[in-house]
Amino acid sequence: MSKPLKQIHLAAHFPGVNNTTVWSDPRAGSHIEFSSFVHFAQTAERAKFDFLFLAEGLRLREQGGQIYDLDVVGRPDTFTVLAALAAVTDRLGLTGTINSTFNEPYEVARQFASLDHLSGGRSAWNVVTSWDAFTGENFRRGGFLPQDERYSRAKEFLATAGELFDSWQGDEIVADQATGTFLRDAKAGAFVHEGQHFDIHGRFNVPRSPQGRPVIFQAGDSEEGREFAASSADAIFSRYAALDTGQAFYTDVKSRLAKYGRRPDQLLILPAASFVLGDTDAEAEEIAHEVRRQQVSGATAIKHLEWVWNRDLSAYDPDGPLPDVDPLPGEHTVSRGRAQVRMYRDPLATAREWRELAAANNWSIRDLVIETGNRQNFVGSPATVAKTINEYVQADAGDGFILVPHITPSGLDDFADKVVPLLQEQGVFRTDYEGTTLRDHLGLAHPDETGAAERVES
Amino acid sequence: MSSAPFATPVSPLHLAVALDGTGWHPASWREPVARPRELFTAGYWADLVAEAERGLLDFVTIEDGLGPQSSHFLDPDDRTDQVRGRLDAVLVASRVAPLTRRIGLVPTVVATHTEPFHISKAIATLDYVSTGRAGLRVQITARPNEADHFGRRTIPRIRAYDDPATRDLVTDLFDEAADHVEVVRRLWDSWEDDAEIRDVATGRFIDRDKLHYIDFEGRHFSVKGPSITPRPPQGQPLVTALAHDTVPYRLVARAADVGYVTPHDADQARAIVAEIRAEQEAAGRAEEPLHVFADLVVFLDDDPAEAAARRDRLDTLAGEEYTSDARIFTGTPAQLADLLQELQAAGLTGFRLRPAVAGHDLPAITRGLVPELQRRDAFRRAYEADTLRGLLGLPRPANRYAAA
Repeated sequence: MSKPLKQIHLAAHFPGVNNTTVWSDPRAGSHIEFSSFVHFAQTAERAKFDFLFLAEGLRLREQGGQIYDLDVVGRPDTFTVLAALAAVTDRLGLTGTINSTFNEPYEVARQFASLDHLSGGRSAWNVVTSWDAFTGENFRRGGFLPQDERYSRAKEFLATAGELFDSWQGDEIVADQATGTFLRDAKAGAFVHEGQHFDIHGRFNVPRSPQGRPVIFQAGDSEEGREFAASSADAIFSRYAALDTGQAFYTDVKSRLAKYGRRPDQLLILPAASFVLGDTDAEAEEIAHEVRRQQVSGATAIKHLEWVWNRDLSAYDPDGPLPDVDPLPGEHTVSRGRAQVRMYRDPLATAREWRELAAANNWSIRDLVIETGNRQNFVGSPATVAKTINEYVQADAGDGFILVPHITPSGLDDFADKVVPLLQEQGVFRTDYEGTTLRDHLGLAHPDETGAAERVES
Repeated sequence: MSSAPFATPVSPLHLAVALDGTGWHPASWREPVARPRELFTAGYWADLVAEAERGLLDFVTIEDGLGPQSSHFLDPDDRTDQVRGRLDAVLVASRVAPLTRRIGLVPTVVATHTEPFHISKAIATLDYVSTGRAGLRVQITARPNEADHFGRRTIPRIRAYDDPATRDLVTDLFDEAADHVEVVRRLWDSWEDDAEIRDVATGRFIDRDKLHYIDFEGRHFSVKGPSITPRPPQGQPLVTALAHDTVPYRLVARAADVGYVTPHDADQARAIVAEIRAEQEAAGRAEEPLHVFADLVVFLDDDPAEAAARRDRLDTLAGEEYTSDARIFTGTPAQLADLLQELQAAGLTGFRLRPAVAGHDLPAITRGLVPELQRRDAFRRAYEADTLRGLLGLPRPANRYAAA
């Protein structure tokens, strides 16, 4: 018996502060004006996407002791812009990345519960942890958390927020004008949490929201991150959009669910994926190459090389050969506030490999950075891209994708107009929203119904 | 001073309305117009703000708190006969911003337990989504139970108002609020207006010489900056605060664009305005525009007896007489217009009206009081500016970090 076709989930990552965003293109608009967010969100909703996704960074990136000026800089407050977007959309989910290191559970739970009320049940929280005292310089808490404490704090933060969301059951507000009973229960919202990181008690002051709790996303890739997701998340924002790495990640994480008593469909895997469309596959390849050149100027190439070399390379010519000096060993000091530098775990080996590649292909520094980095995930005609995305999802490289266009705010337009109809024709993507909440779109049970669903299964 | 009509030409006054649940009277939710079951929906708030905009009001404020409402000054209560629970005010304001065009949106933010970095970018973003209509009303909390919601510090219990320990605590909380506002304001200026250059030739998106570290170091927090959010459309969104005493008057005088005060008559209004102006001068801000608004709770009906009867009926439902820090006005729109003009003559520039019942007294303001003031040439007949600062006659300030 053949496997039933999986339905694809699609989301849209607002390009903004991201080193793949091309701001130099004449079509590129504002990354901060609300009209850009409206255009992007309404395009995603017109295409019946599951949700819009916003990333976050709480300190402007620096390199060589100066604010990094080559990428888009500047973004709005996540909660505030999502609440405003709730007014100009009806069904689209609204996913915000919110840090658990530089916030407190009471406040974040209030904000997500409020956003869920104000959007009619469309909120989601991508829980991230911060890694350095650099970001902490903007906050009361300040201070660095060691890696193991970061996850223990994040887990306790999320658990505590969950206790706050659950401190109201949903039936407390009677508001009977005749009898004068507003609340059924005088203790509504009462909570006590005593833990290693948080020792708080009192009354939560936002009643139960439509989704009960926001949908929970997790984005970390470490062993702790995967366990955290398997135990507590509804979805993962992953970086494995290729077929083989996507399948490996998918299998790994889904296999961890059973020990937490969870079914595979209770955790969605949604890799971030870039795309380039053309009228033909050949044209799309040409455009994709041009976009990669736009993404990596000569100045950007030098900065990117510094992430590996961990030293000032400003004297080098981006159109010349790779540096003959080796990367500086030890703690990375050149770039601050950027997660990517941690991907280069063995800089000496990377440098050796890159020199060999450059020599073999006669590549300059800029050529090397363009050829080794940021190759788009889906490149082709609309038919090719629709077919590939569907194949990847059916082959369990993911449950869908969080698309990252490279142009703000119009970068999703062609996908919405040309690829989505093909996926709909293939019967693997919704032609209209069937429910009103983000949980409905993602096929996730309401927290109050999870127990009931499991009983039906057994 | 005699009451209206005034012989001298009148200058227009400013009007704001303070939104809090179903209204300021604790039994307001029991009125047929109150819609208490919709309090936690966007539609409820959108309708209220649309009504205020229909009346050409300068702005709405939205109350908030880091704990449930309570009939006690310091402690939570176990009452089930009053509205409990509220949505985050900044998010309510943001949710209604795209649905309105001209009215200012001024949510309450609590300085005591929150991060100035987060508040600054939130209000900057509210300014972006409303294209220049954002402000904040800064508030402190001395409630021990709200400190327990955060678990980072213990707030000592206030025993008596005249206790020196109380004075120290309140002074400390207001000092922290002043630092909070200072950080919020510096972060708004931490990007110069033309910092985004998109210079394709050099590959630079920003001119980093136009971004500034704020390097604030204070007793409660230190903040490096710059903000992650560029300078908002108004440059500096509106900063407002409610003040009842010398310590908060000083905060208003030093840091605010609008202060809300609670005089019960014209003489008190004159005294308070004089004290704030003196503090303003002492702070070296005498030349800067600073509005002083009086807060008034209003029960408005075309027949004064009807307004009084409504107040009595609500007091009976609540089981006690309603009292307030602000003067409680009960009467007709024309009588209220008389009072506002009398208080205006004592030096106030505007009023923040607290509708006793939002569903009744807000429309009474917009459809009764406003036309009455317009007849007296004391209120605008159309919105004359598209930013909140513009409505209040406040210039867009220069950036403190920009080279002159």
